[in-house]
Amino acid sequence: MGPVGEGPRLAGARLVGLAFGGMTCTCCMTLALVVLSGFLLALVVPWLPGLERRAPGWAIGILPAVLAGVLVAHAPDVMDGTVMRESYAWVPQLGVSLSLRLDGLGLLFALLVTGIGALVMVYSGAYMEGRPKNGRFYAFLLAFMASMLGVVLADDAITLYVFWELTSLTSFILIGYEHERATARQAALQALLVTTGSGLAMLAGLVMVGLLAGGFGFAQWEAQAVALRGDAWYAPAMLLILIGALGKSAQFPLHFWLPNAMEAPAPVSAYLHSSTMVKAGVYLVARLTPVLGGTVLWAAVLGIAGAVTWLVAGWWAMRVTELKRLLAYATASTLGLLMMLMGLGTERAMAAAMVVLVAHAAYKGALFMLAGVITHGTKHRDLRRLGGLMRTMPVTGALGLLALAGMAGLPPLVNFVAKESVFTAVWQLRWMWPVGTVVALLGGALGFAAAGRVAWRGFHGFPRKGAPLPGKIVLEELAGPLVLVAASLLLGIWPGLLNGVLSSATAAALGHPARLHFALWHGLSAEVFLDALALAGGVALLVAQVPVVRRMAAVERAARWNSERGYDLALTGLNRLAAWQTHVLQSGKLPAYLRTILGVVAVLVATTMIVRGARPATAAGQEIGFAELALCGLVLAAAGFVVRSASRLAAITALGVVGTGVALLFALGGAPDLAMTQLVVETLTVILFVLVFYHLPRFGPAATRAERFRDGAVALGAGAVLALAVLWASAAPLDREVARYYLQRSVSDAHGRNVVNTILVDFRALDTLGEITVLAAAAVGVFALLRLRIAGSQPSLKKADCHPAAPSEKGRQP
Amino acid sequence: MTGASIILQAATRFLVPVLLVISAVMFARGHHEPGGGFVGGLIAVVALALNVLAYGPASTRRLLRLEPRTLLGLGLLVAVGSGLVGWLIGKPFLSSVWLGEGSGDSTPVTLGTPLVFDAGVYLVVVGMAMLIILSLAEE
Repeated sequence: MGPVGEGPRLAGARLVGLAFGGMTCTCCMTLALVVLSGFLLALVVPWLPGLERRAPGWAIGILPAVLAGVLVAHAPDVMDGTVMRESYAWVPQLGVSLSLRLDGLGLLFALLVTGIGALVMVYSGAYMEGRPKNGRFYAFLLAFMASMLGVVLADDAITLYVFWELTSLTSFILIGYEHERATARQAALQALLVTTGSGLAMLAGLVMVGLLAGGFGFAQWEAQAVALRGDAWYAPAMLLILIGALGKSAQFPLHFWLPNAMEAPAPVSAYLHSSTMVKAGVYLVARLTPVLGGTVLWAAVLGIAGAVTWLVAGWWAMRVTELKRLLAYATASTLGLLMMLMGLGTERAMAAAMVVLVAHAAYKGALFMLAGVITHGTKHRDLRRLGGLMRTMPVTGALGLLALAGMAGLPPLVNFVAKESVFTAVWQLRWMWPVGTVVALLGGALGFAAAGRVAWRGFHGFPRKGAPLPGKIVLEELAGPLVLVAASLLLGIWPGLLNGVLSSATAAALGHPARLHFALWHGLSAEVFLDALALAGGVALLVAQVPVVRRMAAVERAARWNSERGYDLALTGLNRLAAWQTHVLQSGKLPAYLRTILGVVAVLVATTMIVRGARPATAAGQEIGFAELALCGLVLAAAGFVVRSASRLAAITALGVVGTGVALLFALGGAPDLAMTQLVVETLTVILFVLVFYHLPRFGPAATRAERFRDGAVALGAGAVLALAVLWASAAPLDREVARYYLQRSVSDAHGRNVVNTILVDFRALDTLGEITVLAAAAVGVFALLRLRIAGSQPSLKKADCHPAAPSEKGRQP
Repeated sequence: MTGASIILQAATRFLVPVLLVISAVMFARGHHEPGGGFVGGLIAVVALALNVLAYGPASTRRLLRLEPRTLLGLGLLVAVGSGLVGWLIGKPFLSSVWLGEGSGDSTPVTLGTPLVFDAGVYLVVVGMAMLIILSLAEE
């Protein structure tokens, strides 16, 4: 067993020890280091030199390769049933900990993440060669890898959710990596909104289950599985969690973001959007099957969503012509198959899902990398413009054909074994077998047709006229596909190699031990005939494509009103609503703002006073002398002058008199700090007025008579209400406890005799820190607004409102 | 702004240093008497704003040496940094730490992290106000 409940300090010592002791010592491996090393390297990578060359791909690929090696070294223990666990206190006040575990399921996914990660890093070296700012690319790719390892090794729901959202964020950045293109930005935003939006639903579900179970650890959940499934909150919690899983794994009707995500560079598509991140949803479903699985609702949701996605996305994979979009639809289709198998939940279905997962990661990762090579070589990725790749790019073409054979499910590649397992799983269902078998036949035929179409249109025959000759292809671009295709062949010929890993993964997902035996050839069983039937269907689809598509034209037209259209409408609507309410609330006219603020304050305070039955009282015990009366008179006279003045300069000066008078009242009332600050602020206000004087609109009664009466009423009303409120407040018996506390402690605790200052910088320093942060933010905001206006790019107000008849400004208008 | 009156310019030459000294005094005595980083910073801003009116923003920028934005960030960093001192020795964030505290003698301690924090407030106030004033003056 691993170190359970280890304190952070001890863990820190272990991390340091491992870092200095070298990676060879796997006996002291910590799962935290496996997860965090990617983040650490991501912090360092951008500062490395020479990232525009190919070599760094190899260097960075060392980390995932080493991690994969470490995991392989632990594989025998895990397959024997050992579960490594680690837990670190994170937010102990909330009972949240960073918990990790390595069991069969985690091992399978972690091996995929690190193994394909190493290949993708090497491939990236070639694909990203010569581009500037590659540091960011590698940093985010590494951060993604670390986040994904966090997802698949998490042992509690909070840890899983945090890493889950980190994968969404890194995916967002990587899809929009070429952010100069508007389409890339839109696709990134769409993927982010769909995956994090569904992720929020999932968080709600996880929290619900956490509250039901009294904790967030998966082990705790598994122990209470029966009670959880019987709870009235089971259905809503489970459905919310499934929304997250289905959104992340691009399932119908949330599938549309995945084809658009193909705006990402090829390494990202190969890594995030085919072999790892999009499988996070599948992983979550497998992880939670022992907790929430096995009910009719669970099976129905996953089975229906999965089957529909398998067929709908499979259809579109056969229809689109853009190579990467085609592969993306095929990916969504396979993810649908995986979800459906998870929904079936039998041991055979779970085993089939595991082998489909491995097979898909191998062939689809290879195909995405090859699509990048083809795009680099021919400058095209549309099937209508490609052709004859076997002649122009023989090595790429050969690898591509092998990978496509894998996608089509031909022997002796591992996907053939996977397909046989799928047929076994659906054929041996109890009463659902006819539906399952038909769906599997259709899905298999569509998959074959999509692969066949790419092979026929892209690889066969001669290049299209005017197609550019491919440039030189380097080893790094083909190393990844070569390894993956070789793995497909190897595992296809000796599928027994998968028995151990997939048995332990299946056992972890089922919650009870499982012994699987995969073989390429089972003899002439029903599966073989079903497979032959699916292949025949695929060939038929390929040959009769034109008439079939014509038959389906009406369905496709109806499908234009799909969920993506809904997403667009929702986004446009939200933007319109935001624009409308900004327009209403932010008129840009200061008098309107003042009127709103004062009016709202007056009405709310007056309502409160009336409801509470406030009786304004004269402030008792306050001596009002001649000086106070004289100051009040001065302030009132100056205020009256401001309102009547015909000259702005005179009005500003009179306002200064009002402020100074109030400051003097503070001084008389025994608040020297306040008086001093008020005086300086008054001075500064006058200076600011002088600075903006020439930019202000023409002075004068801009409003009609009625509007001026309204403004006067608001001003007088607000003033009256606030005066009454002050009288009411000062009449109430004041609790002197707080004041006494500060007066007593100021010298002894804060070593200062100025209580105001000790409160500001010591007792309540956090408040002050917040206030100065607000000040800084406001200053930056003012600065930005002024800069924007000077640049003239986005005048926030109409020119006429801002500076009419300003002679100094006219000469500078662009 | 270059055509400012010679009287204003002559007075400014005399007033700016005086105001800056007052600002420093206000800041330093704040812990025991009325004053402190906020009002001290504001008085420094008054001095600098006077300079803007008399000699223009370019001259004031030279006087200030640092960009107002830099002052702003520096002030926040100083304030947060003063809070980290207490945190690093195991107290809650922003707890005050005093030089010579607890040594037993009765001399009043006046040097500690609250003064550093107040210096951060001072810098933020100067940075904020000068960022706005200089932007407006340069428009």
